[in-house]
Amino acid sequence: MKTMLRAAVAGVSLLLGVGTALAEGELQIYNWGNYTSPELVKKFEEKYKVKVSITDYDSNDTALAKVRAGGTGFDIAIPSGNFLPVWISEGLILEARPDQMENFKNLREDFVNPPFDPGRHYSVPWLWGTYGVAVNTKHYSGDIDTWKVIFDPPDELKGKINIVPEMGDAIYAAMTYTGGTYCSGDKEMLKKARDVLLAAKPHWMSMEYATQEPMVKGDMLATSDWNGSVLRQRLVNPDIRYGFPREGTFIWQDTVVILKEAKNVENAKLFINFIMDPENAAMNSAFARYANAINGSEPFMPEDMKGAPELGLPDFMKGKTIFSVACPPDVVELYTKIWTDVMK
Amino acid sequence: MSDATRIAENARRADIRNRWWLTAPALFILFVAAIGPLLVVLLYSFMLKGDFGDVKYGQFSLDGWFSVFFERDIFDDTVGIAEAHVSILWRSVKLSLITTLLTLFIGFPTAYYISIQEPRRRDLLVFMVTIPFWTNILIRTFAMQEVVRNEGVINTLLVWSGIVDRPIQIMYTDWAIFFGMVYVYLPLMVLPLYASMEKIDFRLVEAGYDLYAGRFQVLRRVIIPLVKPGIVAGSILVFIPSLGAYVTPRVLGGGKNLMLGNLIDLQFGQGKNWPLGSALSITLLVIVTVALLFYVRNASKSGGGHGH
Amino acid sequence: MATERRKPFAIKAQPGFGLVAMLCFFMLYLPIAILVVYAFNAGENIALWEGFSLRWFQSAWANETVQEAAMRSLFLASVSATIATIVAGMAAIATTRTAPYRGLTFKYAMINQPLMVPEIVTAVSLLIVFSRFKVWTGYSGIGYLVLAHTAFCIPFAYLPIRARLENMDLTLERAAADLYATPWQAFKRVTLPLLVPGLVAGYMLAFVISLDDVVITEFVKSGGQETLPTYMLGQLRRAVSPEINAIATVFLALSVLLVTLFYFVNRKKN
Repeated sequence: MKTMLRAAVAGVSLLLGVGTALAEGELQIYNWGNYTSPELVKKFEEKYKVKVSITDYDSNDTALAKVRAGGTGFDIAIPSGNFLPVWISEGLILEARPDQMENFKNLREDFVNPPFDPGRHYSVPWLWGTYGVAVNTKHYSGDIDTWKVIFDPPDELKGKINIVPEMGDAIYAAMTYTGGTYCSGDKEMLKKARDVLLAAKPHWMSMEYATQEPMVKGDMLATSDWNGSVLRQRLVNPDIRYGFPREGTFIWQDTVVILKEAKNVENAKLFINFIMDPENAAMNSAFARYANAINGSEPFMPEDMKGAPELGLPDFMKGKTIFSVACPPDVVELYTKIWTDVMK
Repeated sequence: MSDATRIAENARRADIRNRWWLTAPALFILFVAAIGPLLVVLLYSFMLKGDFGDVKYGQFSLDGWFSVFFERDIFDDTVGIAEAHVSILWRSVKLSLITTLLTLFIGFPTAYYISIQEPRRRDLLVFMVTIPFWTNILIRTFAMQEVVRNEGVINTLLVWSGIVDRPIQIMYTDWAIFFGMVYVYLPLMVLPLYASMEKIDFRLVEAGYDLYAGRFQVLRRVIIPLVKPGIVAGSILVFIPSLGAYVTPRVLGGGKNLMLGNLIDLQFGQGKNWPLGSALSITLLVIVTVALLFYVRNASKSGGGHGH
Repeated sequence: MATERRKPFAIKAQPGFGLVAMLCFFMLYLPIAILVVYAFNAGENIALWEGFSLRWFQSAWANETVQEAAMRSLFLASVSATIATIVAGMAAIATTRTAPYRGLTFKYAMINQPLMVPEIVTAVSLLIVFSRFKVWTGYSGIGYLVLAHTAFCIPFAYLPIRARLENMDLTLERAAADLYATPWQAFKRVTLPLLVPGLVAGYMLAFVISLDDVVITEFVKSGGQETLPTYMLGQLRRAVSPEINAIATVFLALSVLLVTLFYFVNRKKN
C-alpha cells in the first residue's frame, strides 16, 4: 500500500513536472508557535519517511527580518498573507506553482485569487480567521457586534477591557469605527482614529496579547481578539461570545510558502500538497482552532468546531470584510507615530 | 633614572601587559558578538530606512537621529521636541530606579542573612535563590499573574484577614510591575551582595560594638561601607537591564504604556523604522554609559575604606 | 574559617533581617509552587484548575520538539556560563586591585557593554552580522548561539567576581609571595580558593541569564535550534500549552535533586 502510494505520488509529480526525487530526508518548517499539529507532522513523517523539524516565530516582522537576512536553513515558512507581497518582491519565495499540485482542486474557490497572490503561484492558505471582539456576556448583555465595545464601551465593561497591541490591527479597527479607509494616509481620517484611540484608552485595563487566561477567569471582560482564540475561550467559559463588528473587519490568512534558499524543495512541495488534503487540513484546524480553506474537511473536524459560530461569517457581515493588506511604508510611519502617541 | 625605579617601571609595564593578556579572551568574544555588531547598529542609524524594515544600504540620512529628539507633527507639520520619547524615557528611568531600590531593600537583608549562616546551610540557601530561575521568565510571569489576580493569592489573603473587604486591583497596575520586576531581578542583587558579604571581617563589627555603636550604626557605618562593591555591582545589574525590560511590564503591567524596551522593539518590529530604532538604542547606550562611569568613579572614590 | 565559628549571638545578627529573608524566600517560591500545581492540571489552560491529571507530562514526554528544546537550553546555558565565567574571571583579576592604568576604563566599559543595550538591539545586530557568516561559511550550527550567549553572560559573571576580588585581602597573596611561591602557585593556593564564592555566584547568574534569554536567541537561532524560551515565546500570541508547566516542573525537580546531591556530597567531605 505504502509503496503504491509513493509510486502514485512520484508518478503524479513526474506528470506535473514538479520534480522526481522520492522524498526522503528532512524538512525544516518555520511557523508561528503552537500552530502546527504534531499529529499532522507525524502522519507526514511516516508517510514520506521525512524527518520534519519545526522552529517557531512570534511575529511577522521577526520572520521577515530573519528570512531576509538569510542563512536560516528553513525550507517552508508560513507568513501572513498581507506580508506576502513583501516576501515576493524581496525575492525570498520560490515560485513553486502550488496551483498545479494534485490537491489544489480542494481549495475553496474564494481563496484561489487573493489580492496578494493571484492564481496562487507562490502560496496556499494554512488557516484563516477574522478579527473581532470577545465579550463576557454575563457582565454585559447589550450589542456586541460592534467596535463600540472597545472604543466607546458601556459602563459595565469600563476598566476591564483589553486591546491586543498589534499596531496595524488596532489602527484598522479605529479607522473602520470612525468610517475611514484602512491604509489611507488622509489626515482627517487619521485624526479621527487617533482621537478615538486616545479617548478610549482610559477605559482600557491592558494592552496584551495573552487573553485566554484573563478572559476565561473574568479578570478581563472584553477584548479585541481573533476568532479562534475566542472559540478556545468559549469552550472553557460559555459566557464568552465572539462579536463580528458590523462597521467592518478583515479576514486574515497565514500562507504556506517555499523559501528560495530551501534545501529540501521536493519535500516542501510534498508537504504543501499534503496539507491541502481535507483530512489533513481538518487535523490542522483541530489543533490550532482556526478554520481551513479546504473543501470537504468538515466531516473530519472535531465535534466542538462543527458549526462553531466564531468560525463562519454571519449574513450581516456580507460585503463588510476585506482581505487583510499591508499598508505602504509612508502610511506605516504615520501609524507608528500615532501608536507611540497613544502609548506614551 | 636609578636602577630601582627602572626595575619598578619595568615590573609595572609587565604587569599591565599581563593584565591585557588576561582580558584578551573576554574582549575578543565581546568584540565578535557584542561590540562589533553594535557598530553595525551605529552605521544603520545614519541610513535611510528600508520600506519594510532593514535600511537602504549606502543611502545616508539623518532622519533617524532627527526623530529621536524632534518630531514633526503629522497633522500640522510643526516641528517640536519629541515629547513622547522624553516621557517614555522618564517613566523607564523612574520605574528602574524604584525597582533597584526595592530589590536592594529586600536583597540586602536576605544576602546578609545567608552570609552569616554556617557554610553548608549557606551554600544551600544560595542555590535556593537561583532555583526559581531555572524556570523560564515567561512562565514565571504567568504564575505571578496567579498571585496578583483579583482572586489571586495576595487578594485572598487580604480579604480573608479582613484588611480589605473586597479584592483590590493589583494586576495590570504599576504594583504588579514592581512585584514582577523585583522578583525577576532579585538574584541579580542577592548574588553579588552575597559574594562580597561572605568575607566580611567581623572583627571590625566587633570593634564597632566595643565603641558602643548601636546595631543600626554598625550596619550603616561598618557593614554597608564594607560591602559597597557588592551594592554597586548589584545595583548596576538590576538597574540597567530593567531599563530595557519588556516582558514583565507587558504581561503583569498590562502594557498600556510603552517602556524604552518596547519603544525600541516597536521600531525594529511593527514600526519598520530600523534607523530610528538604532539611533534610539545608541542614545540609550550613551546615557547609560556616562551615568555608569560617573557612578563607578564616585563609588570608588568615596567607597572602600578597606584595604586602601 | 575562624569568623564563622565565632558565637553568632549579637555580633552578626541584625534585627528583622531573618524575617525579610524568610519573606523573600516565600515570595520566590510562591509562583513556583503555583506553577508546579498546574503542571498536574487536567484542563487545557495553563492556570485554570480542572482536576488532577498527568496528561501534560505524558504529552511533553511524547513531544520531541519540547524535549529537544529543553536539552538545548540546558546545553547552551552550561557551555556559555562556563566559558563566560572563565574569561570574566580572568578579566576581573586583570581589572581589579591595581593602580589605574591606561585602558582600564575602556576595558570596564567594554565588558559591561552587553548590559547597556536593550536585548532587541543586540539581537538585530547579531542577526545582521551572523547571517552573513552563515551564508558565507555555510555553517549554521549551534556555535553562533554559544557565542552570542557567552557574550551577554560575561558582564553577569564579571560583576560578582569583581565585587568579591575588591573585598579580598592582598596580604595573603603577599605572604605567599614572600614564601617564594610562584605567581601561579600563589594564585592556585591562595587567590582561587578565596575567589570561589564569587565564581559560583557569577556562574550561577550567567547560567540563569542564558537559560532565560528569549529575544537574542530568537534572532540568532537557525532551523531546528529552538530553545525552551523561544518555544514559549512563539506560543504567547496563541494559547500557551500547559506542557510548559510540566517541563518546568521537571526542570525544578532536576535542580532540587542536584542541590540535594551537592549538599550531601559536601557534608561527607566535611
